Amino acid sequence: MKDQADGYVTADGRQIGPVVMEMKNITLRFGGVEAIKDISFDVREGEIRAIIGPNGAGKSSMLNVISGFYVPQEGEVWYKGARRAPMKPFQVAQQGIARTFQNIALFEGMTVLDNVMTGRLTHMKTGLFAQSIWKGKAEAEETANRAVAERIIDFLEIQAIRKTPVSRLSYGLKKRVELARALAAEPSILLLDEPMAGMNVEEKEDMSRFILDVNDEFGTTIVLIEHDMGVVMDLSDRVVVMDYGKKIGDGTPHDVRNNQAVIDAYLGVAHDA
Amino acid sequence: MLYRESGDFSSTYPQDSQTFPIKFDRYRYYFVLFIAIAVIPFIINDYWVNSLFLPFLIYAIAAIGLNILVGYCGQVSLGTGGFMAVGAYACYKLMTSFPDISMLVHVLLSGLITAAVGVLFGLPSLRIKGFYLAVATLAAQFFLVWLFNRVPWFYNYSASGQISAPERTFFGINITGANTQAWATYLFCLMFVIFSAYIARNLTRGSVGRKWMAIRDMDIAAEIIGVNPLRAKLTAFAVSSFFVGISGALFFSIYLGAVEVGEVFGIQKSFLVLFMIIIGGLGSIFGSFAGAAFLVLLPVVLKIVGVDWLGWPTDIVAHLQLVIVGGLIIVFLIAEPHGLAQLWRVAKEKLRLWPFPH
Repeated sequence: MKDQADGYVTADGRQIGPVVMEMKNITLRFGGVEAIKDISFDVREGEIRAIIGPNGAGKSSMLNVISGFYVPQEGEVWYKGARRAPMKPFQVAQQGIARTFQNIALFEGMTVLDNVMTGRLTHMKTGLFAQSIWKGKAEAEETANRAVAERIIDFLEIQAIRKTPVSRLSYGLKKRVELARALAAEPSILLLDEPMAGMNVEEKEDMSRFILDVNDEFGTTIVLIEHDMGVVMDLSDRVVVMDYGKKIGDGTPHDVRNNQAVIDAYLGVAHDA
Repeated sequence: MLYRESGDFSSTYPQDSQTFPIKFDRYRYYFVLFIAIAVIPFIINDYWVNSLFLPFLIYAIAAIGLNILVGYCGQVSLGTGGFMAVGAYACYKLMTSFPDISMLVHVLLSGLITAAVGVLFGLPSLRIKGFYLAVATLAAQFFLVWLFNRVPWFYNYSASGQISAPERTFFGINITGANTQAWATYLFCLMFVIFSAYIARNLTRGSVGRKWMAIRDMDIAAEIIGVNPLRAKLTAFAVSSFFVGISGALFFSIYLGAVEVGEVFGIQKSFLVLFMIIIGGLGSIFGSFAGAAFLVLLPVVLKIVGVDWLGWPTDIVAHLQLVIVGGLIIVFLIAEPHGLAQLWRVAKEKLRLWPFPH
């Protein structure tokens, strides 16, 4: 891998673009606890960027900083070449950053189709008045966005459960619907918080394939947190390793695997008495 | 056999997302509309209009309004009576201040004024949820009733403290006051019911409705997909109060004619409308109608059965009604939280396969 200002070419020959998001010296405290200590890393356009680390390392906190749930006490988030002012999660979403949750956060009272359609909300602009008339503008907008949603539904192979209430679905399918909802927003960056937690091997393989396909087909930049080392090493282009809120490694999966600090964090290290 | 959808295919997205995707449903809906508009006005008399049709139609609008707030957006409100009072008093002030303007405008304006008041009392919803919000809306209920009781400007300094609707016409026909025709008041209310149901349906099936339901089901996830919770909740309060205000205006001007605010728009009214949507079905337009019909019909049926047929004393029948409604609320909350609308949905699903369910 040759690092250039405007990108690099991955081992499997994909062209990675310039930096789209950069975290600069982020520090996040909860009272006296420092969840994230002075972490910097960048995310390039079109790459799959993984954040790994043992439990409590601050990975989810990092994702929450990106998606606007937490405002870091120190540091800056740069997005698309500009410093991002502190903003609410819905404003982050409107900027084109979508995410999924570690614990599924679907709308249980709605059907799969409605859930995926909620992903289109940032693209739907008709006002209350046009909506209440329906015929004309609102219906046209609905139809156009439905077409996009249906393409995502096709893509993730959930056509058969389109009209099923989400509450009736299995865990693996719910995870897939959540991915569909995030994808429906056509995000420029997709944040995945443990997309494979609690899945069996087959479901993990399915999900990995979808993640690769999403990246390949839509060119979506993906930032993911995952515990399964095998999955992370296979999927990601570059990996950030965190431990106790600090960054202890950053690089290709190969670099990270041979990094002594990373090995120590995962396997433990003997302390001298 | 009664109910079939085979052969009904939709080939476009608008066809697939229409209100009644099954042809049979669609024609039944047109049939009901036809009966309501073109048949009932010719056969009703004063008794039927005043004891059944007017309360049903007006409560249906209130129930649709409350259902948008509670059923679709998940914000519990106990202030319905107070907001109906806002609609009623707004209508009264408009009727007496601008006698020459059409009632249609007055009722719609009353709705808009109530929407503004609703947004004001909806502001706490940004901070508080569930029970606590219910208590905040309860405060709105008592405050509004107190306001209309205590500030004489609202009842034009009348000696009795009541408001009473002056005679007003719509296309030259009396619809308020003493000399009204049964069919005219019925049609006037029906017009607003169709208008409300149409708007409510359109709002709830589109992006606005999805925002409300997203807030209802999981507000954190709603925010993460780009829903501004402030705007979503306040639009729900506004739209909901708009309908509730219209129903309050109609309740006062068309149905009762004269109103004493504490008696008519008290906390009981808030509960009654809430019961309607719980029994009828939260998050369903049809449920609002079913609940309103049920709770309007129940006293009438009980009176006919109990007093007229069985000869029971009137007060026993009145108490029996309270017992039955209370019992039903508990039964519905435990057995079928989605109310009559869900029972209807289940029945349709069964009928779809009947008589060969396997």
